Amino acid sequence: MNILVIIEHKNGVMHRMSKEAIAGAQKIGGNVTALVIGENSDSITDELSSFQIEKTLLVTNEKVTSYNVDGYKEIILQIVKVVNPEFIITGHTYQARDFMPRLSASLDIPFIPDLVSVENSSFTKQIMNSKLNASISSSSGPVLISFQSASFSEENISKGSSPLEKFEVSLDASNIRSTADEPFQESASEVDLESAELIVSVGRGIEKEENKSIAFDLAEVLGAEVSASRPVVDAGWLPSSRQVGSSGSTVSPKLYFSLGVSGAIQHVVGMKGSKNILAINKDPDAPIFEIADYAVVGDLLDIIPKLIEKLKDL
Amino acid sequence: MIINQKYMKIAVLVKQVIGSESALEISSDQKWIDESNATFVMNPPDNYAIEEAMQIKEKLGDGEVVIVSMGPQRVQKVIREGLSKGADRGIHIETQESKNIDPLEVAKNICHSIEQENFDLILSGLQSDDTGMGQTGVLIGELLNMSTATLAIETDIDQETIKVKRELESGWFQWVTLDSPSSVSIQSGINQPRYPSLKGIMGAKKKEIKVIAASIEDSKQNLDKIFVPQKSKETEVIDTDVDASVDRIVDILRSEIKAF
Repeated sequence: MNILVIIEHKNGVMHRMSKEAIAGAQKIGGNVTALVIGENSDSITDELSSFQIEKTLLVTNEKVTSYNVDGYKEIILQIVKVVNPEFIITGHTYQARDFMPRLSASLDIPFIPDLVSVENSSFTKQIMNSKLNASISSSSGPVLISFQSASFSEENISKGSSPLEKFEVSLDASNIRSTADEPFQESASEVDLESAELIVSVGRGIEKEENKSIAFDLAEVLGAEVSASRPVVDAGWLPSSRQVGSSGSTVSPKLYFSLGVSGAIQHVVGMKGSKNILAINKDPDAPIFEIADYAVVGDLLDIIPKLIEKLKDL
Repeated sequence: MIINQKYMKIAVLVKQVIGSESALEISSDQKWIDESNATFVMNPPDNYAIEEAMQIKEKLGDGEVVIVSMGPQRVQKVIREGLSKGADRGIHIETQESKNIDPLEVAKNICHSIEQENFDLILSGLQSDDTGMGQTGVLIGELLNMSTATLAIETDIDQETIKVKRELESGWFQWVTLDSPSSVSIQSGINQPRYPSLKGIMGAKKKEIKVIAASIEDSKQNLDKIFVPQKSKETEVIDTDVDASVDRIVDILRSEIKAF
């Protein structure tokens, strides 16, 4: 069985969820081909060559030097003809959501997105805002799937060595119907959450902007970074560079210490891969407790100042 | 003087979903929710797509906004809701049953029903709150040979061009210029959706909803079973007084997580 994994990369760094997709593809089992499209990809193909996969295909084309939905679609269609995959796999990233449906309609095969597991061609997906799960199957033969963040761990990738092949494509410029400007950030990034070992995260439960100092004080004694959920960022209490979740960063620190974060699915997908989750919330039914290792039911405004004093005395 | 107004014909795809306050009881065949006690609402992300369509029409000064929805008879309620917010007319692609249909089948049915309309722009919400497939607008774009973009957090549409600001991950954005016609999915939060006015509600009753029968041929994607997820983790619950909680947290941080 042939599996094609489409790799996402930016500034010479492979997307973490692309590695998880490789781990997932290896678990499904078969001949895994990784596809890398675009320039500045030497470090990506180097890393892929250390994985136990069939091969890596590299496509560079002057019409698609960076991500473009039409260009990606055309290139992947040409690759699919050669690889003949049963599964076309990506991480469930914003980029995948942009081009995978185009492939689905073009190839006339299903795109079953945001999967949390795969067993014997039965795909499990969360539905109803993650309150329920659904088992979905396909009767089409080949299928496009994407994995939710942290459904597989990059630590489980089987290592080995694999060759790199360059693949030439010919693209018709008239098929490219959109042009993208350079990506930009609205606020300069002041933090690197994705490499932080310890994170203190702030949710709406801190109640007032002034109370964010509690989180920064706790982070200081622990040597942690401070992150936030989307409502806190939308309120303007913290910049978007500190946001964790589907529209922010995806993190997997040793400790994710959440203060008054309710645990909406949009937030959870960005942090559920954390090694240890310690959550404080007043509401014993807060969804964050479903994925927490330690669930502290109580008022963070009482608990955290005392905790900071205690930690300072150690 | 020549007034160069562009007449833009916009479709907004909306879905009716089970409201978030509804009890979710699994149906006896385990394939869906028991809908007998469910309340239905407009899929929340679709409100942003309707609002964006209205703002684009208002900015350009002329055009038509058409609300398109597929499902059983009951979905006319959300079409009517769009009309009461100012949309001009509706198209209802009617299915006989209330069940989940493969997104590709939904997209093909919608294409079949709207192809002759030659829309300049199709807007859709980011994803549905029920199955969250997040692809129908893009599928239709591909099937109708339109340009596509997703996760638009701002639009800049004038006489000449369709430009959208796409939300990327980790606080990054990107402006994309699209050839017309185009199908664009809208990120929630792009605007402040309006409420229908009383006049709008009255006016909506007179607006046309064209009903077209759906034809479901083959579903390649099947929802076999739904179930309550099993908790994958053991969670230690600490529900005690403040001092005892603080002591336990210190112990966890020091001895179990080894945070310092």
